[in-house]
Amino acid sequence: MDYSKVLSKTAVSLKPSGIRKFFDLLGSMTDVVALTVGQPDFPTPWHIREAGIESLEKGMTYYTSNAGTEELRNEISAYMLRRFSLKYDAMTETMVTVGGSEAIDLAIRAIVEPGDEVIIPTPSFVCYEPIVRLVGGTPIILATERKDAFKLNPEKLKSLITPKTKMLVLPFPNNPTGAIMTREELAEIADILRDTNIVVLSDEIYAELTYGERHVSIAALPDMWERTILVNGFSKSYAMTGWRMGFLCAPAPILKQMLKIHQYAIMCAPTTSQIAATEALRNGDADIARMAAEYDRRRKYIHEGLRNIGLDAFEPKGAFYIFPSIGEFGLSGDEFCEKLLYNYRCAIVPGQAFGESGEGFARISYAYSVKHITSALERIDAFVTDLKKGTVK
Amino acid sequence: MDQILKLLEDDATLTAQQLAVMLDKEVGDIKKTISAYEKDGVILGYKTIIDWDKTDKEYVTALIEVKLTPQKDLGFDKVAEKIYCYPEVESLYLMSGGYDLAVFIEGKTMKEVAYFVAQKLAPIDSVISTATHFVLRKYKDKGVVYGAVEQDLRGNEF
Repeated sequence: MDYSKVLSKTAVSLKPSGIRKFFDLLGSMTDVVALTVGQPDFPTPWHIREAGIESLEKGMTYYTSNAGTEELRNEISAYMLRRFSLKYDAMTETMVTVGGSEAIDLAIRAIVEPGDEVIIPTPSFVCYEPIVRLVGGTPIILATERKDAFKLNPEKLKSLITPKTKMLVLPFPNNPTGAIMTREELAEIADILRDTNIVVLSDEIYAELTYGERHVSIAALPDMWERTILVNGFSKSYAMTGWRMGFLCAPAPILKQMLKIHQYAIMCAPTTSQIAATEALRNGDADIARMAAEYDRRRKYIHEGLRNIGLDAFEPKGAFYIFPSIGEFGLSGDEFCEKLLYNYRCAIVPGQAFGESGEGFARISYAYSVKHITSALERIDAFVTDLKKGTVK
Repeated sequence: MDQILKLLEDDATLTAQQLAVMLDKEVGDIKKTISAYEKDGVILGYKTIIDWDKTDKEYVTALIEVKLTPQKDLGFDKVAEKIYCYPEVESLYLMSGGYDLAVFIEGKTMKEVAYFVAQKLAPIDSVISTATHFVLRKYKDKGVVYGAVEQDLRGNEF
């Protein structure tokens, strides 16, 4: 069979994740101290796991309703009010998805049509652009910059808006930069969007992991609720990545369409995971606090550590990544990370994996123990010292 | 400053420097606080958790339940003080319920433990009776699970 004749041209044209090669290399090596993963190092709190196990023991192995169980949606509604002062009707304005990833997919598919433009700030998580391309939309990349602490610059946003602009992706707290948007900064964005028909896809998967101040959703600003699709989930806040549990909050007319796509594509999110997630929302606030406090200590530790090594990194205010500049040594991001991996056995992710504008930076995850971070910092220190002396192995 | 205690309880190898960075404090203040804790006996020592079963060390651990007659004015303290002086005694607790003292002792062999009970513990004046239980396997101690070595099984997400 000539597969080139049968495969979808759009699918074929999608670039494979550039970082795969790097991770394959990493997987083939031993004695590497990696700071690469984008998920918590904590296991899911036991009471949440137990709820999932109990549900299996009781034989709760059927599909749930498409949008998710009533109990879980009620808890999601209560949670959004309790933690973010946002009102969503459980039955018409919330739905449960297979991770934040499905939620993003549904939001884009429900809104974007061929020819529509979607503004995507980068560096950011890798999935927005391919999904926009899959539905025939045009990704418009907005490069955030170090000088703006990788926040969304309102002037830049204004300059990219055209009559074709359908959606703005708002990925804050940001993976990979650790940037957040404050209420005041969001207000400037809201002022630009207020009189348009642009829908905001607000990816708030790291909403519980901000340091020093609580996360503010753009949906909480005047006139923004009606144009915001809010993505959140359980992966980062409750250390539940493997359960694949996310959710969407949006005005009913939008939610209805997303639910339809979900119904045909997915049917429903896994029942065991939904039951565990219900327990997480009912009794897990203390778990969030405990894990966030631990990330915060590591954040300070790694920030100080990188500063002592002489790498410029602004202080991340959210998520569990730090994004130092590595551009001053005359190496590309790829070269820097490959040499660090090959010769000093420490793995970090080149910034351009998250968009061209990430060139010259690297993502370092601090979802690791302090001991592990310390040993990685020692290797980075040895590398940078050798780079400065010109004696890189 | 209870945070320092919590962090050191989990990982005694953390340096004052590391603690200072993580808690937004001056190194000097951290050092001062820790020495105050040491001086006041809040921090009593720093030890390492070792799974001796993974070494070739031969040893047995036993829990000995001891019933006592309390001494006038002194209660159980005097006899407890006598018991904890033996280096074989790892831990000693005063208990509510069916018996009075829980004595954890470590010996090279069961015979050695039995000898200790018969020769040292049982003859103490106020000891009414003892019951010796040998530990067969340690699953978890001081919050640490024995046996499993933690592996990072997390996948990279893209």
